Amino acid sequence: MMLPLLLLIPFVGGLLCWQYELVRPNTALPRWIALATMVLLLVLALWQWVTGDYAISTVGSEPDWQSQFRIPWISFFGISFHLALDGLSLIMITLTGLLGILAVVCSWKEIDHRIGFFHLNLMWVIGGVVGVFLAVDLFLFFFFWEMMLVPMYFLIALWGHESEGRSPVSAAIKFFIYTQASGLLMLVSILGLVFFHYAQTGVLTFDYTVLRDTPITGTMAWVLMLGFFIAFAVKLPIVPLHGWLPDAHAQAPTAGSVDLAGILLKTAAYGLLRFALPLFPDTSQAFAPVAMGLGLVGIFYGAVLAFSQTDIKRLIACSSISHMGFVLIGIYAGTQLALQGVILQMVAHAFSAAGLFMISGQLYERLHTRDMRKMGGLFGRLGALPGFALAFVMASLGMPGTGNFIGEFLILFGAFDVAPWVVVVASFGLVLSAVYSLILMHRVYWGPPKAETTIARLDRREYLMLLGTLVLLIALGFYPQLVLDVSQGAMNEVRHWFAVSSSFAG
Amino acid sequence: MNILPLIVLFPLLGALILAFNPRLPNRLAALVGVGSIGLSALVMVWLNWLFYLGDGGGFTQTLWQWVTVGDFRMGFTLYLDGLSLTMISVITGVGFLIHLFASWYMEKDLEGAPGYARFFAYMNLFVFSMLLLVLGDNLLLLYLGWEGVGLCSYLLIGYYYQSEYNAWCAFKAFIVTRIGDVFLAIGLFLLFTRFGTLDIQQLLQQAPQVWQEGDLMAEVAALMLLGGALGKSAQLPLHTWLADAMAGPTPVSALIHAATMVTAGVYLIARTHTIFELAPFTLSLVALIGLLTLLVAGFTALAQTDIKRVLAYSTMSQIGYMFLALGVQAWDVAIFHLMIHAFFKALLFLTSGSVIIACHHEQNIFKMGGLWRSLKLPYACFLIGGAALSALPLVTAGFYSKDEILWLTFDHGYSLLWLGALLGALLTSIYTFRMIFIVFHGREQIHPHAGRGIAHHLPLLALALLSTFVGGMIHPPLANVLPAGPEGQYGHLIRVLTEVLAAVVALVGVGIAAALFLGRRRLIGNLMEAKEGDRLRRFFYSGFAFDWLYERITVRPFLFIARLHRRDWVNSLVNMWPALALGLNDLLLGTQNGRLRWYAAVMTGGAVSMLFLLLLF
Repeated sequence: MMLPLLLLIPFVGGLLCWQYELVRPNTALPRWIALATMVLLLVLALWQWVTGDYAISTVGSEPDWQSQFRIPWISFFGISFHLALDGLSLIMITLTGLLGILAVVCSWKEIDHRIGFFHLNLMWVIGGVVGVFLAVDLFLFFFFWEMMLVPMYFLIALWGHESEGRSPVSAAIKFFIYTQASGLLMLVSILGLVFFHYAQTGVLTFDYTVLRDTPITGTMAWVLMLGFFIAFAVKLPIVPLHGWLPDAHAQAPTAGSVDLAGILLKTAAYGLLRFALPLFPDTSQAFAPVAMGLGLVGIFYGAVLAFSQTDIKRLIACSSISHMGFVLIGIYAGTQLALQGVILQMVAHAFSAAGLFMISGQLYERLHTRDMRKMGGLFGRLGALPGFALAFVMASLGMPGTGNFIGEFLILFGAFDVAPWVVVVASFGLVLSAVYSLILMHRVYWGPPKAETTIARLDRREYLMLLGTLVLLIALGFYPQLVLDVSQGAMNEVRHWFAVSSSFAG
Repeated sequence: MNILPLIVLFPLLGALILAFNPRLPNRLAALVGVGSIGLSALVMVWLNWLFYLGDGGGFTQTLWQWVTVGDFRMGFTLYLDGLSLTMISVITGVGFLIHLFASWYMEKDLEGAPGYARFFAYMNLFVFSMLLLVLGDNLLLLYLGWEGVGLCSYLLIGYYYQSEYNAWCAFKAFIVTRIGDVFLAIGLFLLFTRFGTLDIQQLLQQAPQVWQEGDLMAEVAALMLLGGALGKSAQLPLHTWLADAMAGPTPVSALIHAATMVTAGVYLIARTHTIFELAPFTLSLVALIGLLTLLVAGFTALAQTDIKRVLAYSTMSQIGYMFLALGVQAWDVAIFHLMIHAFFKALLFLTSGSVIIACHHEQNIFKMGGLWRSLKLPYACFLIGGAALSALPLVTAGFYSKDEILWLTFDHGYSLLWLGALLGALLTSIYTFRMIFIVFHGREQIHPHAGRGIAHHLPLLALALLSTFVGGMIHPPLANVLPAGPEGQYGHLIRVLTEVLAAVVALVGVGIAAALFLGRRRLIGNLMEAKEGDRLRRFFYSGFAFDWLYERITVRPFLFIARLHRRDWVNSLVNMWPALALGLNDLLLGTQNGRLRWYAAVMTGGAVSMLFLLLLF
């Protein structure tokens, strides 16, 4: 019963926020309801964390679920409401809970109109994401995949900012069309896979475990695999399908950016790990060189793009493109080391990007601009904020002692066995990541101050939220086993499915 | 030996306390900042004692298991042997003196402005990282320290963040060393893939079993490690950042950019010497790069006008000597020179800091002059340090280390390299005494205020003592760590002859400097007035125009590409679809214009073409 509870909490919490506002408008209580919801989600996830056993076990035909929940839904098509949880999904859900708390706390002052409705949307995005991480029925997965878009659309459109003369609505529409169109490709692929399975075995089912055993080869496998891949590629994002990301990030409210970078992008990596690789191991294996090439392009293109931005949030958004390039390389390298690195890189990037977005939100609240050309010399004028900014920037360039370093290096160590040249080239991306990260420090904080007046310092809420994020990031850097121990079983399974195919292919 | 973690812990605690309390009063901040390093230094002394009592073997202590993924097992493990003991002694010993001096220097330098605690927070963090670098038992932990010191170097070069120039210098230092770091990282990937471990002791054990001498993979691995060392130690071609790093406060230059961090490359190569022994090509490259750097830096130092830049280039050239020593397999002498260099270069930098403060932040040597009367102590210290740098015979510490390098280069059969190094020695004493004569002799142009207080005097006196032959008598316990190197070719007589020769060369250099820069300086004035002389001076002054070259082959192309991508043309391609849809929309809207004759015409046209098509097919 734990799993439906995890799923229900955000949805119910969101409804409560909204209803309360309808009854008594203009109170701050919805914030507290939302916060309590997120804390509850986190506590439940941590409970699973403590009680579960996530060690590596032998890979059987049935995945090693910690717990699952299954009731028939649309039995006629073989669709069931099937939720399941393993180490991978648990890590992602815990991350969702943590970032959910951050998202609520960081919009405490930023959002001042329609508070209840805002939190309804925020909670429902998070509910959708939790659904994505739990669903193992492909139809249900698709349902949640689409579901998380709608509230996100409203978050950007209604509470967003204008950027470079474009309204938040246009960014929201762009985001929606990109993901919607690619989602349709995935739907086609899901249906194709299900019919293919039906044609071969006579069983109509959307169940992940069953479909995983579909022997599928040839052109059909390629078409279906690409359908999944493109859907995830848009979300990750992979160049050239990244166009929505800088706009959506720049124009979303801080909470939206935190969630977008922190968890929405990660649903794509999760999808690749959970579905694309195990469902189509052979074709994925054959596709790996292309995917790694795309990863390289992403690393460098994202870095150059980030460097040339003037809007601080766009810079951070573009840096995500670069970081996700490493993730893509790690996923398609497919060794245990690289996959574990992917997990850590995802978690660490979620924290570092969230930290940077929160800081740019705080800067915006104080300076009313996100244009870095109007900043400069802020280091001595903002109290503790620049110190935090420095720490997060260092994390984002992969400084050892932060989780990002462990993530990136595990990926590179793991991929070196498989594709040494890719790793060599990718390593030079580290130089560019230093360039765009330091340029952010340079443009915003160093240099002669533009004015002598001091600006409001961090209040306790802001300080604690940044400090908490930073502590988590550094804890990951010095003791990454926190996460690695939980994900090892699930990653071993992914590696197994991926590696089995290579013995076929060989 | 179990107290080993404490030596790392104190600076970390200091850094944390200072970072979270930036408003500590100066005295308290100095107490925390200097005190933490002092405690570390005490631990260091205790460790030295224990090590002296022990059998000289290595000591390993695992604090916790850092990362474990299958076979990838990295412990957070410290390793202490003769080499790391030497390094931590230099880091905490010299580091403590520099911190003490800095408590005086920063007080004068900031003149009440905020940032005192921040300075010591960075400095303590630096010492923490540097200690991890040399104590790390596996290469990943070494890399952690390696990047950590880079970060602190960045922060301290850009310490005066309000100056655009300083911030760019910091930026440059970080990026250039990061390029080297990438090579080091690739080296790590390669070594792990080959050996399944990054544990240094295991690597050194297994390498000779897996690789033959001259194995291609061994060469590649050694080259990658060398790449990292070049960046950190400011050797050609990744040396351009060090002179600009002088933008940081002077104690920073003393600690990071002279005594400790920049010698990390030397440490790395000495630490992984077995791999380099298996890679003879790379090893000779090490020697060659060392020689080239020491010559280029020597010539460049001749033309500098900023006192700190002269010292920066001299650091570069002295590290060149260490690389030369490593390249000719005089391993222990390289580390010996590293230690001696830390003494006298820290002395020179601190003294220059004292002079700069005394001269009201003036750094141009040509605006000083005649200071020996008013600044007696700095003058004495500069003489001692300069003499050690030039390796004047018998009384200086530098003589014992540098001449050993020269001798072994010759003895191991590299006579050409030896000749080059001898030329370098000549340059060293010329530029060193040029600086001394210009700063302390001649006409007085500035009225200085001498520094006072124990925090000012004690470090200078202690380092001055260590820079004399007293320092030369300290012998690091390296016998169990580093091999002795190849058999020599020559006998005792030749050795004495070469040493006399080297001593004479150093003294001749002083003589040349005196002839050129003491008195009226007529000769040098005439030289500079000639067109060729001036052109040569400017070429040397620019450091052989490396910056000019790099600007054109890296910075500008990158900026060009970045400007090209500001509009994100890949995304623009995707944006064509909406444009296409809108265009089609316009086109089709145009057909719905409400004119009857247009509809009739189109209808007829359509029917006709339909009929036509039917007839055709």
